[in-house]
Amino acid sequence: MNNVKCECGHVSPVGTVLCEACGNPLLEEIKQKDSPLDMRYEGAARRSQTYNKTIIDKVWNFFSSVKIAVYMIVIVLVASIVGTVFPQEMYIPVPKPASIFYEETYGFIGKIYYLLGFHNLFSSWWYVLLLLMIGISLVVCSLDRMIPLYKALKKQKVKHSVNFLTRQRLKAEISVPAEWGVKLDQLQGFLKKRHYEVRREGDSLLAEKGRFSRWGPYINHIGLIIFLIGALMRLVPGYYLDQYVWVKDGETKKVPETPYYVKSEGFTIDFYEKGDLPEDVGLDNLQGVIKQYQTKAVLYENVNEGLPGSEPKLQEVARHEIIVNHPLKYKDLQLFQSGQRPQAIAALNMTLVNEKTGDKLGKFKIDLYNPQTEYKINDTTTIKMLEYYPDFEFTKDKKPTTKSPNPDNPAFVLNVFSPQTPQGEKAWLFLGSYLPAPGTENIYGYEFSMPDLTNITGLMVRKDKSLPVIYFGCFISMLGLVMGFYWQHRRIWIQTQGPIVYVAGHTNKNWFGLKYEVLDVFKKASIPVSLVEHGKDGKKVD
Amino acid sequence: MGRKLIELSSNLLLAAFILYIIASFVFAISVTGKRWGKQGEQAHKQKFGSIGFWITIAAVLAHASYIITRWIGQGHIPTSNMFEFIAFLAFCIAVAFVIIYLVYRVPILGAFAIPVVFIMIAYASVFPRTVTPLIPALQSYWLKIHVTTAAAGEGIFAVGFAAGLMYLVRTIDQSKDSRSRRWLEGTLTLVLMLVGFIITSVVFNAMDYKAEFQLNVDNTKSVVEYKMPAIAGPQDAVLLTDSAMKPWFEAPGWMKGLNAAKKLNTVLWSVLSGLGLYLLLRLLFRKRLGQLLQPALSDLDPEMIDEISYRAIAIGYPVFTLGALIFAMIWAAEAWGRFWGWDPKEVWALITWLFYTAYLHLRLSKGWIGEKSAWLAVIGFIVVMVTLVFVNLVIVGLHSYAQVG
Amino acid sequence: MNRSRTWMRLIILGVIFVGISVALYNAFIKDTAAVQANELAPDFILKTLEDNQEFQLSKQQGKGIVLNFWGTWCAPCREEMPALEKMSQEFKDKGVEVIGVNIGESDVTVESFRDTYHITFPILMDRKREITQLYEIGPIPTTYFIDPDGVVKKIVIGGPMAEKTIKENIAQILPQQ
Repeated sequence: MNNVKCECGHVSPVGTVLCEACGNPLLEEIKQKDSPLDMRYEGAARRSQTYNKTIIDKVWNFFSSVKIAVYMIVIVLVASIVGTVFPQEMYIPVPKPASIFYEETYGFIGKIYYLLGFHNLFSSWWYVLLLLMIGISLVVCSLDRMIPLYKALKKQKVKHSVNFLTRQRLKAEISVPAEWGVKLDQLQGFLKKRHYEVRREGDSLLAEKGRFSRWGPYINHIGLIIFLIGALMRLVPGYYLDQYVWVKDGETKKVPETPYYVKSEGFTIDFYEKGDLPEDVGLDNLQGVIKQYQTKAVLYENVNEGLPGSEPKLQEVARHEIIVNHPLKYKDLQLFQSGQRPQAIAALNMTLVNEKTGDKLGKFKIDLYNPQTEYKINDTTTIKMLEYYPDFEFTKDKKPTTKSPNPDNPAFVLNVFSPQTPQGEKAWLFLGSYLPAPGTENIYGYEFSMPDLTNITGLMVRKDKSLPVIYFGCFISMLGLVMGFYWQHRRIWIQTQGPIVYVAGHTNKNWFGLKYEVLDVFKKASIPVSLVEHGKDGKKVD
Repeated sequence: MGRKLIELSSNLLLAAFILYIIASFVFAISVTGKRWGKQGEQAHKQKFGSIGFWITIAAVLAHASYIITRWIGQGHIPTSNMFEFIAFLAFCIAVAFVIIYLVYRVPILGAFAIPVVFIMIAYASVFPRTVTPLIPALQSYWLKIHVTTAAAGEGIFAVGFAAGLMYLVRTIDQSKDSRSRRWLEGTLTLVLMLVGFIITSVVFNAMDYKAEFQLNVDNTKSVVEYKMPAIAGPQDAVLLTDSAMKPWFEAPGWMKGLNAAKKLNTVLWSVLSGLGLYLLLRLLFRKRLGQLLQPALSDLDPEMIDEISYRAIAIGYPVFTLGALIFAMIWAAEAWGRFWGWDPKEVWALITWLFYTAYLHLRLSKGWIGEKSAWLAVIGFIVVMVTLVFVNLVIVGLHSYAQVG
Repeated sequence: MNRSRTWMRLIILGVIFVGISVALYNAFIKDTAAVQANELAPDFILKTLEDNQEFQLSKQQGKGIVLNFWGTWCAPCREEMPALEKMSQEFKDKGVEVIGVNIGESDVTVESFRDTYHITFPILMDRKREITQLYEIGPIPTTYFIDPDGVVKKIVIGGPMAEKTIKENIAQILPQQ
């Protein structure tokens, strides 16, 4: 490992491109050329470029490389596109299992998509691994670059070698003007007015501003790392909860995986009315346009939680009218208005009728969620419920059964015991109709009145303790982006070497602005200067 | 009053649209009409550049007035459906252009950036513009913050796109065949396809063209309405409207869903009309499009336009990050309880962000300047457009502006 | 110089890799289910359908328990009922009991089902689905084979289970004589 000695006498570590002390280009191939010097990292040796011996170094260099990082970004990008070709499993619009849905809806391509696991792409191990690898890259590449850059900028001197100055992208050479000392003071003043920090050494100066913007990208990276850590935090038990409850009007239901219970004191849908929009705006058909979903919710805590089988003892802890965008918040828990089944039938209001005589014997109510086994009609007549299918359908061999536990299509077998039917009279009762047992003619019939309706509200239950970390990461990231992109690090060198004054300028972004500033400052001091921007081919800027 | 304000807002948008077109011409004349004036080239450029700029300002003011009057007229910020969002995006592009013009003073940029603006407005007009009250999910102050900031970021990217396109037209050698030359023609044709789509939509809309097809979807009879003549019709469907044109062929069976064939049809019309326009222009001018535009840019300093393109993206990137990702995450956490759910729109916002991230790294660390950078700037905006078109229209869902059925 | 740098890198990379491994392990490999094999089954109290008596799981120690979560709407659950009933008869005197847990249905529904399928083993009514939530039941039927010490020996998710399967699993939870 040979360190490099510069003409000026200073010894720089191996791999250094520009002398640490005077900026003189050290590498032979750079010395020969005429193109502007590569000023990245102030020409300091980026360690990853120089040490490549052990496996540790190789791994380090791999993650430090921008090329690798770009590859990883592009792979994540392409993978993400693949994940949007067909809906992901959680967004399947119909209640069909994934194993059937993709092939059925999209044919052969769908089948391949499913078999390759793309229907759960964003939570697959390889996608997560890619994101984590980008995270590693963020840490390693920042450390690798930030430290040498910081050291180099801190150490920089006012005076540099002439080679350094004449090989800058923005440069000029003028013969020493009259009253140069005074003019130099003036230049210094004008530079200071433009918020430059000026270091003066005799008849040379270095004006610098915006150095903080160099740290922008690294601060942004730190923000992203914090964000990723926040995202990983949800794996910690107790940090994350994702549940759902359906609650009927007036019902109190346990919130899964928590010691809480939630009660719906009523779910309402508000519709837009004529007066809601400022004056009529040509939308006369406002019927059915939903203005807001609202659940009047009460949250209880079960103080007996943890004792199996003990009756829950509920204590009210929070109360909120949950609407979309405004959840109920209590400690870490949040309940969001998510789904709704308004006007669901809760109970049937029936009247038992003697079909032959037309007499109405009495009323009874069937609660679809908790039907009784016996209904007393009057002193002499009772109805027994023998069977109940909340969501009636026939099996393949024509047997009655229920499709789901939800009372979407209720069917009952009722048996009426009365003085005229001491052995009972059976009938099938459906929603709005009824049938006697096959082959018989029944005395009794059923009359349907308006059923009891209820609303069922769907509340999403969420707990995410990592949110503060996520937001903090976002904030730091934005800070870094703003620092890095909306300010630039500008330096202007003015160095007198004998009869010639060398002017050079460097910035990391926005050469246009720097050019303008240099010209302006020299104009104010009435020193004519022809500034050359050493682009691909040197061009004169007036 | 409300209705009158909405009418006024529509007229203001139309006025802005016309003014943008005029401004584009004036900017174009500032370079092509060099030999007209008695003044020297520079003076001519400056004069017409200045006129173009002030017409643009007038257009932007009209455009802003459209936003304000519609806002007041309907009671909520006009960013709640496709029409409103795209019209707002066009506004952001125009404002971004004005700011960048003030910094760099390159009139010819206007000849490329302003057409993007009025094409956007025309694209917006394809969508229904009836005033609708906000659905519960959009009733939040975040509608003002998230959507506007995201649009601002995208608007700035659009200027970067225009500048990138200009770089390519300026520097790609038209005298010999190359991949670059062919891709440039392809990109310009893509723009023509969007224009073609807009023209066909507007024309058929004006004719009030409707064709109804009845078909079986999931064992239920459904009706799908075509707003353009059916080149591709739905599979196994019955054409209900007698006067309508019969489909030339049926959409392939593997395209499932009620609206699949209709979308295919729209894409076909866009592609065919775009190619048609391309052919027309080729026949009319006997030059490739790139060749046609190149002389107008001969005076343009490539490094300058390259810097403008990069600068636009560098400025727009933090804005886009803030609006499309961060504000979006905060709103999602408040509305749906999770800050990120991998829904298609969120994923495409991420894809756009990753793309521009790659752009910046390639440019700043790998030295990808010039043509490579310009191509990335162009592709980046195409990604933005894909998010706008594909996600909002093709994928129906909680997050999309599209409606079911 | 070189060595200290290498050590620094080693430490940094080491910390990162350990962190990532832990994260990946927790995300993809670790089983976070509420009920896992070779662990105690969570205790609970539910009432029986027949006589509304309390049944507490932890009080069943000394017997093997086949705990079957089911619903009348679930076709595989219906299909395996005859096998479960047969096994219940066969092993009742050998120290293993079959217990059904009905998920949130009404008495009428479950009673008529029981009568149709001639079920004699006890059916616990989880009317509020709280025990179903406690056990984090996903697809049904889900059956837990719990040994006389209350430890879950086998979990079968899905069905219908064949008699042979039930028998083989019961073999693991027979009380030692």
